[in-house]
Amino acid sequence: MKVRIKSHWPPGHIRTPAYLRGKIGQIERRIGLFNNPEETAYRQTGPQRELVRVRFRMADIWGARAERGEDVIEAEIYAHWLEPV
Amino acid sequence: MPHDHHDHEHDHSHEGLSPSGHPYRADNDTDLSYWQAMEIALRELLIEKGHLTAAQIHAQINAMDSRSPANGARVVARAWVDPEFKAALLADAGAASRAMGFDIGPMHLIALENTKEVHNVVVCTLCSCYPRNLLGLPPDWYKSRAYRSRTVIEPRKVLSEFGLELPEQMQVRVHDSTADMRYIVLPAQPEASLGLTEEELAAWVTRDSMIGVGLPQAPQ
Repeated sequence: MKVRIKSHWPPGHIRTPAYLRGKIGQIERRIGLFNNPEETAYRQTGPQRELVRVRFRMADIWGARAERGEDVIEAEIYAHWLEPV
Repeated sequence: MPHDHHDHEHDHSHEGLSPSGHPYRADNDTDLSYWQAMEIALRELLIEKGHLTAAQIHAQINAMDSRSPANGARVVARAWVDPEFKAALLADAGAASRAMGFDIGPMHLIALENTKEVHNVVVCTLCSCYPRNLLGLPPDWYKSRAYRSRTVIEPRKVLSEFGLELPEQMQVRVHDSTADMRYIVLPAQPEASLGLTEEELAAWVTRDSMIGVGLPQAPQ
């Protein structure tokens, strides 16, 4: 399933790397529910969030600068950072 | 890159250097930093209020210091000789490591299998996430800005600086350890090691091969 990482730039303790924001990838696996570090970092309690591993083609992140476009990066992204493509 | 560091003085003055030319480590006579003072304050409060004892804190430090890549090497060697264990490791590396008797605490672990077609390498671009509860503390270069930023941009160049040249047709998978999971690479078993015992095989598994910047090799 294809997803786009939201291109949001809020302040705070964000575990979504900047270089992946706005990029499109494929869901590699769904890992389960975890505490949301954006809240726990400030002692806030909120609902747990689903954590998802997303696979990105290097070409889709770095464009023509990619070393080899078909190499991939995989990262864990919380579901509230994903939007459908 | 593996040996990039800045400990050496390059001004060719030999004052203050050991006989082998290395600078002596400075005594820690300076004031505490803000965070050093905070750590001491927090630790003393936890002890004063009876939440922990100094002995418990030290026991935990000892436990962490006693973890080493040899633990991961035993896990990899077991996966090489036992297909059922390998399947369990790839399904849930944390549970499989615990089943072998390793106390890895609450760590969530994923094992990444290297094959003829795929090479995996692990990085934490945001900080220094590492499977410490199995492998112990990460090497210094793993925490460097150069490794953390370059591995997601030019992994093949970084790997070549570690002496690892990958065939063009092999896919590189870079795993950015961004959140709750930790990663261990399950390297492919070298053909030259086929037929060895599990214990012998563990000596082939290097720390770097479990991060993905190296391959298993015959013990020296």
